[in-house]
Amino acid sequence: MKHLDFDVVVIGGGHAGSDAAHAAARAGARVALLTLRADTIGVMSCNPAIGGLGKGHLVREIDALGGAMGRVADASGIQFRLLNRRKGPAVQGPRTQSDRKLYRLAMQAELACLPSLSIIEGEAADLIMNAGRIGGVRLEDGSEIRAGAVVLTTGTFLRGIIHIGDVQRPGGRMGDKPSNLLAERIDAFGLPLGRLKTGTPPRLNGKTINWGILDSQPADDNPVMFSFLSKGPQVRQIACGITHTNAATHRIIRDNLDRSAMYGGHIEGIGPRYCPSIEDKIVRFADKESHQIFLEPEGLDDDTVYPNGISTSLPEDVQHDYVHSIRGLEQAEILQPGYAIEYDYVDPRALSPVLEVKDVPGLFLAGQINGTTGYEEAAAQGLVAGLNAAHQVLSKDPVTFSRSDSYIGVMIDDLVTRGVAEPYRMFTSRAEFRLTLRADNADQRLTPRAKELGIVSQERVQTFDAKMERLARGYDTMRALSVTPTEGRAHGLNINQDGQRRTALDLLSFPDITIENLAAIWPDVNALNTETKAQLSREALYVSYIERQQRDVAALKRDEAQRIPDGFTYDAIDGLSNELRGKLSHIRPQTLGQAGRIEGMTPAALTLLLTKIRQHERKRA
Amino acid sequence: MDTIFALATAPGKAGVAVIRISGPAAFGVAGALAGSVPSVGTARLRKLLDGQGGHLDDALVLAFQGPRSFTGEDVVELHTHGSPATVRSVLAAIGATDLARMAEPGEFTRRALENDRMDVAQVEGLADLIDAETEAQRVQALRVLSGGLGQLVEQWRENLLRAAALLEVTIDFADEEVPVDVTPEVTSLLTPVMADLRREIAGVDVAERIRDGFEVAILGAPNAGKSTLLNMLAGREAAITSDIAGTTRDVIEVRMDLRGLPVTVLDTAGLRESGDAVERIGIDRARTRAEGADIRVFLQSEPGEVPPISMRDGDIVLLGKGDLHGNTECAISGVTGLGVSSLIDQLADTLSTRAARQVTATHARHGEAMADSLRSLVAGMDEVQAGPDRTELAAEHLRSAIRRLDSLIGRIDVEMVLGEIFSRFCLGK
Repeated sequence: MKHLDFDVVVIGGGHAGSDAAHAAARAGARVALLTLRADTIGVMSCNPAIGGLGKGHLVREIDALGGAMGRVADASGIQFRLLNRRKGPAVQGPRTQSDRKLYRLAMQAELACLPSLSIIEGEAADLIMNAGRIGGVRLEDGSEIRAGAVVLTTGTFLRGIIHIGDVQRPGGRMGDKPSNLLAERIDAFGLPLGRLKTGTPPRLNGKTINWGILDSQPADDNPVMFSFLSKGPQVRQIACGITHTNAATHRIIRDNLDRSAMYGGHIEGIGPRYCPSIEDKIVRFADKESHQIFLEPEGLDDDTVYPNGISTSLPEDVQHDYVHSIRGLEQAEILQPGYAIEYDYVDPRALSPVLEVKDVPGLFLAGQINGTTGYEEAAAQGLVAGLNAAHQVLSKDPVTFSRSDSYIGVMIDDLVTRGVAEPYRMFTSRAEFRLTLRADNADQRLTPRAKELGIVSQERVQTFDAKMERLARGYDTMRALSVTPTEGRAHGLNINQDGQRRTALDLLSFPDITIENLAAIWPDVNALNTETKAQLSREALYVSYIERQQRDVAALKRDEAQRIPDGFTYDAIDGLSNELRGKLSHIRPQTLGQAGRIEGMTPAALTLLLTKIRQHERKRA
Repeated sequence: MDTIFALATAPGKAGVAVIRISGPAAFGVAGALAGSVPSVGTARLRKLLDGQGGHLDDALVLAFQGPRSFTGEDVVELHTHGSPATVRSVLAAIGATDLARMAEPGEFTRRALENDRMDVAQVEGLADLIDAETEAQRVQALRVLSGGLGQLVEQWRENLLRAAALLEVTIDFADEEVPVDVTPEVTSLLTPVMADLRREIAGVDVAERIRDGFEVAILGAPNAGKSTLLNMLAGREAAITSDIAGTTRDVIEVRMDLRGLPVTVLDTAGLRESGDAVERIGIDRARTRAEGADIRVFLQSEPGEVPPISMRDGDIVLLGKGDLHGNTECAISGVTGLGVSSLIDQLADTLSTRAARQVTATHARHGEAMADSLRSLVAGMDEVQAGPDRTELAAEHLRSAIRRLDSLIGRIDVEMVLGEIFSRFCLGK
């Protein structure tokens, strides 16, 4: 038995790498986090915000599984806002702006708490292969770290090129060099690669912004945290400024379009449609006279301002001109120009649902390398990859997530089954079981599993168990109380006079009856604590919808329980189209459920596949 | 687990049709139609009545208790008379109980497999079966959609997609510059779809053009002798025939029994470039119908003429008006009867190896889908009217409505909704 330096090496200390290392260490592995510079662990390269719609759900899920991102965001949050507060709880998304420095420091402190995690500074130059599987990492200085599994989180560093106007230079992020040596190793694996791009706006000096004439957007009065363990914000809350582009801005940009890297033909990578550059916005929506810009302070003691909404690849002089044409920014100083960055990603269909490269055992990928965008998407993948890398080395069972239990499951299934056409971002509309997969019940959905896996702290177990006990008692109370329609009417409730007795719980699911109405009738309901009342109300709102979805959930689970054996081949299946056979052979779905989600699959073809799997199993038995 | 039902025997003209119902509510469904279910293992004659007490048929009813049944679930078989009208009305009555839904292709087999009721070694023919079933469905959908319904569902698709995009944009991009309340626009998109659905659902039972069996299209240039041939086949003057080119402007259908196979022969407008708008419509329709037919018979006007549409395996090319061209091998004449019986042999040979289309079932399936979808839209519309605070509930109903119409309007997945959103709204901070 060869001596291993570590069980798992995580390459990269961004959002994917941090939560990957965190999860692997919690799962009991000896972990090394390899980064160019330890002080850049947890850096927010793009906008200084965490959460939002769909993304906030992911952070809650990461937290429910004991991950770091939620608590770090809470520790550094300077403007908490719950999006869609007026809509139902299923589509409410917590968001905060974070103090960039506090975020980084909080993440570094989180990682420092884990005794089995070592942070190593250095550049990964190559992956060591050992009898067909990953054996560790070779550093640029020639030294080696032996490990059973590697989680690779290269972000935008893989053959990264930074574009400002017609100027290009290799770079993984402004000020950092790209990882080209690793890119060559990945070439050698023959993985399907693609090219994506993303962009950032120029950073402004807040002292040179005329805040007095601008509108502002304050934080929420009653802030909602990410972590189920957090009580409230830990630092001062601030407001953001709001300004707009105008006709002059648009003219400057239009006049200089050919100097933009994007429109000058220097960029081949595909950018996200939901995060267009200001050039894109002006070209594609030519009749829109103005675009909103949020001026987001990057920290409490940092004057840098992130103008959200004007990312660009125009030359610096044009950036100056258009920024100065904007109200409130007339005198604004640009601290760092905006830029576009192009980078390599791996077609995620080359991965299994635990984010391991199917053809390279022991190599796990997470974050932008898989074609996603966003800190939250990256961290969620990091958690899954890190946890599974640890489990693989420690000979424990893989941990997979389903579309029916989490946004994490939705995202990973989308990635490994459908691939990406542009940087993938989470939206609530991607989750077909959206009414079940809520931010408010992420702990109820996932913490029991995390408890079983032994990856959560004692504090979390106690907090969770106490919440569940209060909730169970709340349900008992609500089920024990009931009224006849006549009694209900006497209490002012609008109920069908059908003679049917209804429990307090039944009544709560009526659209026009609130828990306060019931608390006014029954002291026992009134006595429930505020959070329990709120949770009962949230669950009652969707109860009939969720019951109706149970059939779909059951069908999904049945299909996912049917595993497709390793090495199962599709070539010999008559009755499947060549196209479908090709897709199945390429994606190699692990379950019948995953196969069913491949584009072009029909129920009939799925039955045929099931038959063939059964025949295959019988032959082997 | 849902209870499912389907016609288990080949559709079309047959003495007996077997309708199979499987699932936990199978006995309940049978009870609702037959009054009572015969004890397991016995076959009893029962009067089948619909929900209003109308007499549907006298049928032999057999009950099987799971796991000792074809699927391993509770199963009831109704052996009814074979006429398409009877089968259609019994299928409709089962659907109307709301206890069961039409089975998807391969679904009975799948349940049998899952319950280990099928020896996988014995299902070698399954691939072909499913293939044929799937192909038949595709062709059927093409047929249903080739008429006026085609344009209608295209409009449904567009409206539903736009409505979904509007609702979703207010949810997923709430922190961007998007409308807060989309109630009026969504209402105006959904209202016409709901009206169309109501009308189509009402028309499902009376659709005249719905026929089970096979279709054979006769094609050729104007005046190639198509109508005369059809008349000869049908033995009556079904299509107007004259010597003036372009007489048959619409598609004329004649239903016949070809060596025991139920076949509808289509006489189509002559294929040529035409300046006449009405004739052009007839020609387009001829092409569409021919595309969906099981076999195309192309009549050449002169030896060597190449068909202007693509021909497939089993299609037949003959020289028309054979009486004028002398006795060549591939000639046919509706006037003299030359070559007609060899054509009939050839058609019967080819068709007997193929699965007959099940338009009755397809139509029932579409009817069921439209009814379910309408129910979701009605519920969704209530939530839309309740305003932006309940958008996620409106979106949920709309999503079910769209999914239920998959087979008619094609799949609308989240990428399409997002695509619609990004093409309409300038988003992104």
